[in-house]
Amino acid sequence: MKTLSIAIRNLLRNRRRSAMTLSAMVIGLVAVLLFGGYIRNINYGLQTDFVQRSGHLQIQHKDYFLYGTGNPGAYGIPNYERIINLLRQDAVLAPMLTVVTPTLQLGGIAGNFSAGVSRTVYATGMVVEDQNRMAEWNDYHFPSRPRTMTLTGTPTDTAVIGTGVARVLQLCAPLAVSNCVQVQPAPSASGPPLSADIAELAAAQTSDIKPSASQLPRIQILAATAHGAPNVAEVNVLKAQYQGVKELDDIYVGLHLAEAQKLIFGGEPPQVTAIIVQLHHTAQLPAARARIQQILATSLKEEPLEILDFETLNPFYRQSISMFDAIFGFMSVLIGGIVLFTISNTMGMAVVERTAEIGTLRAIGLRRGGIRLMFVSEGVMLGVAGIALGVAAAVVAGWVINRMGLTWTPPGRVEPVALSLRVAGENRMLAGSAIALLLVAAVSAFWPAARAARMNIVDALRHV
Amino acid sequence: MQLVQLKDVTRTYQLDAVDVPALSDINLEIYSDRFTVVSGASGSGKTTLLNLIGCIDRPNRGTVSVAGQAVHTLSDNALSDFRAQHLGFVFQNFNLLPVLTAYENVEYPLLLARAPKQRRRERVAALLEAVGLTEFARHRPGQLSGGQRQRVAIARALATQPRLVLADEPTANLDSKTGAAIIGLMRRMQRDHHVSFVFSSHDPKVLAEADDAVTLQDGRITAVERRNASAEPMP
Repeated sequence: MKTLSIAIRNLLRNRRRSAMTLSAMVIGLVAVLLFGGYIRNINYGLQTDFVQRSGHLQIQHKDYFLYGTGNPGAYGIPNYERIINLLRQDAVLAPMLTVVTPTLQLGGIAGNFSAGVSRTVYATGMVVEDQNRMAEWNDYHFPSRPRTMTLTGTPTDTAVIGTGVARVLQLCAPLAVSNCVQVQPAPSASGPPLSADIAELAAAQTSDIKPSASQLPRIQILAATAHGAPNVAEVNVLKAQYQGVKELDDIYVGLHLAEAQKLIFGGEPPQVTAIIVQLHHTAQLPAARARIQQILATSLKEEPLEILDFETLNPFYRQSISMFDAIFGFMSVLIGGIVLFTISNTMGMAVVERTAEIGTLRAIGLRRGGIRLMFVSEGVMLGVAGIALGVAAAVVAGWVINRMGLTWTPPGRVEPVALSLRVAGENRMLAGSAIALLLVAAVSAFWPAARAARMNIVDALRHV
Repeated sequence: MQLVQLKDVTRTYQLDAVDVPALSDINLEIYSDRFTVVSGASGSGKTTLLNLIGCIDRPNRGTVSVAGQAVHTLSDNALSDFRAQHLGFVFQNFNLLPVLTAYENVEYPLLLARAPKQRRRERVAALLEAVGLTEFARHRPGQLSGGQRQRVAIARALATQPRLVLADEPTANLDSKTGAAIIGLMRRMQRDHHVSFVFSSHDPKVLAEADDAVTLQDGRITAVERRNASAEPMP
């Protein structure tokens, strides 16, 4: 049958109306695809940020994630070097790996005791070179260059702190923290003075430390050892860096792994709280996870370990994606509704105008189904044209916007990132939107088509 | 040979909840290979009668049989298929599909009948030649005169070699000269293709061409005149 050919010709009968309908579809599809491309960019940006910082997977002591974050001694991984070697040398896993690195997180009190101030902090001990390699991960080809950690090439007794920590510890001037007025705290606000034994311990720990050759400010970090005894480390603060989120910025201390381990484990065999595993591609995550689980269940079955992915470790990621997905869905439904009524209206007018024609076709033997098919075909052809033009326009618009040099600062980020709309190559989004639009076009044409098919032939032939 | 039989047919329309009889107690037989004209004043029920014979309307009462098939019992789809195979239509307003060329308009019923491409091509070419429109095959209805459009409509009506062609006042929208030519053409086609034509008309030129003439008044048949035979007054 010439159904499609006739559908196209019928659409061209009233070119202006068809063009208006097509415009509504194209604008709607472009809006959906550009917003979808923006969301894709946020998704990939967040994912890149989390994967660069905390890897795709982390091996942790069982229950550390839920119960052990304040207790690295009880939830540490003692044989972490053996585990790391096992992972790196595994024939299945090795091709997927970019970095496998240990990390130790601990809670404590950072003090600038010379100024009589202190605050609770959350310190991360890391292998700086590994972290730098992790920061190179850029599977989604963001234009930004990988950041190099401030601790790179520094002695182990060097630290980086959040600007919030620097403010409380009255280190604004030496660390050149902007927007920071040095406030002299009231005596009552500084908290109780150090007890005599802690003060002695600090004095004993720091008495061996030779004064730094540099003029770096120094802070003391007080933490509980694996056995619950207090221990103090004094570190040079290289820089105060804003951490993007105030809650984190107010407690962040970055340390070399060795320094963190010395603080918690002293002279005992060091442990870590997590082994970070970064993969070449996020798509490898299920396979890598399955393989690590296999290793944990066989070679490391004695170790009480579990594996967590970056989505579990960073609930903010899933929450953000869910939120944007919900906004995208809401917007798509709104635009879909507009397109639906536009096509429905167009097809409804076509049915009224062609009533006598419908009667003629029915009289010469076209079934009701044929009438329905004729009008639905016209809706579908409109949909196909809208998809072709809409996708092309969205790809071009995305390309243009991506080259305008626009930037934005995502929540939780310090530096602005390029505003990038990922439309071209996002085949799932393109196919999903195209199919949805096609369905909307077919459904919106179906009601007028059904009305046309139900027409009484005699009445239709009488229509002028 | 009997082609159409209507027995005790009544057709009533409802207008504003009032039953308006269009045809009452119609008994009629139409024979094969005849040129039958249904005449009567406006509102006498000519079009309703043609609609019932053409299977695009159903009686409230009585039976309609076309080509031996009791059409009032058929489902809508079966009725559509029946029309496509056995009936042709010529309308007062030509009712060609404006987006199709003359060739395609004639071809359309053959597409519905799923005729093979070669047969379609031969049949359409023969019909367009028969109605004198070979050189207008690629013209759309909007590019044709009224007479040419009606000739395309006649060719379309004959495309599937139907047993019966129904024409509802086919000359009403044509000037007298063109109307006469169209009647002449249909008469020729009826003879050449051995098909029955049933017209509704009150045009004397059409009536003059009729083999059989049926007269309606107020929804009832008042006379059936078989030419070469005496008029049969209805009881």
